[in-house]
Amino acid sequence: MEQQITCINCPVGCRLQVVVEDGEVKSVTGNSCNRGITYAKQECVAPQRMVTAVVPVSGRKCPVSVKTRTPIPKEKISACMRQLAGLDVRPPVHMGEVVCPDVCGTGVDIIATKTVE
Amino acid sequence: MLSQELRSQVQYVDVLVIGAGPAGMAAAIAAREAGVENLLVLERENDMGGILRQCIHNGFGLHRFKEELTGPEYAQRDIDRVKELGIEVRCGTTVLSVDGERFVTAVSREKGVQLFEAGAIVLAMGCRERPRGALATPGTRCAGVFSAGTAQKFVNLEGYMPGKRVVILGSGDIGLIMARRMTLQGAKVLACVELMPYSSGLNRNIVQCLQDYDIPLMLSHTVIDIQGRERLSGVTVAQVDQNRQPIPGTEKHFDCDTLLLSVGLIPENELSQQAGVEMSPLTQGAVVDDSLQTSREGIFACGNVLHVHDLVDFVSAESFKAGKAAADYVQGKARKGAYIALKDGEGVRGVVPQRLLKPEGEAQGVQVMFRPAGVYENATLCVMDGDREILRQRKRILTPGEMAELTLKPEHIASLSGADVTVCVKQ
Repeated sequence: MEQQITCINCPVGCRLQVVVEDGEVKSVTGNSCNRGITYAKQECVAPQRMVTAVVPVSGRKCPVSVKTRTPIPKEKISACMRQLAGLDVRPPVHMGEVVCPDVCGTGVDIIATKTVE
Repeated sequence: MLSQELRSQVQYVDVLVIGAGPAGMAAAIAAREAGVENLLVLERENDMGGILRQCIHNGFGLHRFKEELTGPEYAQRDIDRVKELGIEVRCGTTVLSVDGERFVTAVSREKGVQLFEAGAIVLAMGCRERPRGALATPGTRCAGVFSAGTAQKFVNLEGYMPGKRVVILGSGDIGLIMARRMTLQGAKVLACVELMPYSSGLNRNIVQCLQDYDIPLMLSHTVIDIQGRERLSGVTVAQVDQNRQPIPGTEKHFDCDTLLLSVGLIPENELSQQAGVEMSPLTQGAVVDDSLQTSREGIFACGNVLHVHDLVDFVSAESFKAGKAAADYVQGKARKGAYIALKDGEGVRGVVPQRLLKPEGEAQGVQVMFRPAGVYENATLCVMDGDREILRQRKRILTPGEMAELTLKPEHIASLSGADVTVCVKQ
């Protein structure tokens, strides 16, 4: 089966044609770099996304922005957001610090992307 | 003329940078690295970082740092460097005026009115969003209509959600990013409505911000009515024809409490115009040469105040050049030579720079940026020196949503005849 997907690795946004047979990627065309192949292999079998959000910090007016350290399975995104909504984050929080280890059992940490003193 | 008393209060600065967003920070870093000691950055907000502070999504820095950073992380790298170099940055300081003689007036809460005379100025004020007033949308003036960037500031910096049921007008990148942000924070985004037959946002954002969350992208559609007394209660959307006129019978109603506008960015050039800098109606920024110098000697412009970029990486790269050029200027190392006009040809809009210097000494390569005027597949970009073709490049796809660029090599510059140089798209 041939699938058409758009590579999201960079702003070029290559349109990829991917042949998938028995849950396995057989061929990828339309890519302009190797990241397109890696992306297609992941996207057609088990799509993943980075998640970024903000989390309130106790006693502070401004929330802290956070991200998953690496992409997580796409179907875990809403569960991840629910877990983040229930977090109790105390200041100070520094950029790069883990604010929530192993989000939703993905093995991926949520880390702060800014510092709130 | 200034009174004697005011004269004595004027502070002389070798290079004055206006704005401490990504452009201003990069320009200041480059100027200091080129040896400018007497350097000052003025920033209106209370923190450095500019718009990156509210862009919490990832995807910044792929070109420059070879990794995907969020906006605050990207900004922090420059902030750290600015601090490491000991560059003076006055935050909370608004520049009120700049004149062609590089005399600058600014004001802040702590220091009141401040007067400066600068050896060189780098304009790095960034851009702002086109507001509702610029659109002539019909309907009532109820609450609930925000620009996408304002909503982004509320959600990401202040922790407020501006609404629960959302329609987005315009498919610029900020609108697409906000469609995902609002959805993740629990709102229902009903549709993203785009007047043109193509999106002005990046493909990757259409995929990961709209398609991932099943948000429909309605191309060739627009909002023809906005309803609500105190708060927005709904909008009416209709398809448009080739002349962008609504087609009767295609109306569709959405019940919503929020309308976000993502309908373009405008370089913020009030100060540039005061300084008497020649402006380009196409980029809505200053006309510059290949060292980013405006028509006023010693005044440089870079980043989104010059022309709206897609990627902050390119803003930083351009601004490093501007900062270096400003340093060269105050150090008496400015280039000399003859100017040659660089013009838009068929299929090309808003080429930057608009002037090339053919120097007396050794020529340097020049990066040229522009937006394609339409969507072109398998097209050829050509650079013409008068009637002579000097460069030809194949491009798989060109769209107005993505800035295109090409590089003129030193030998191209050295070979220029002096006739106008034109960049064009050939099918």
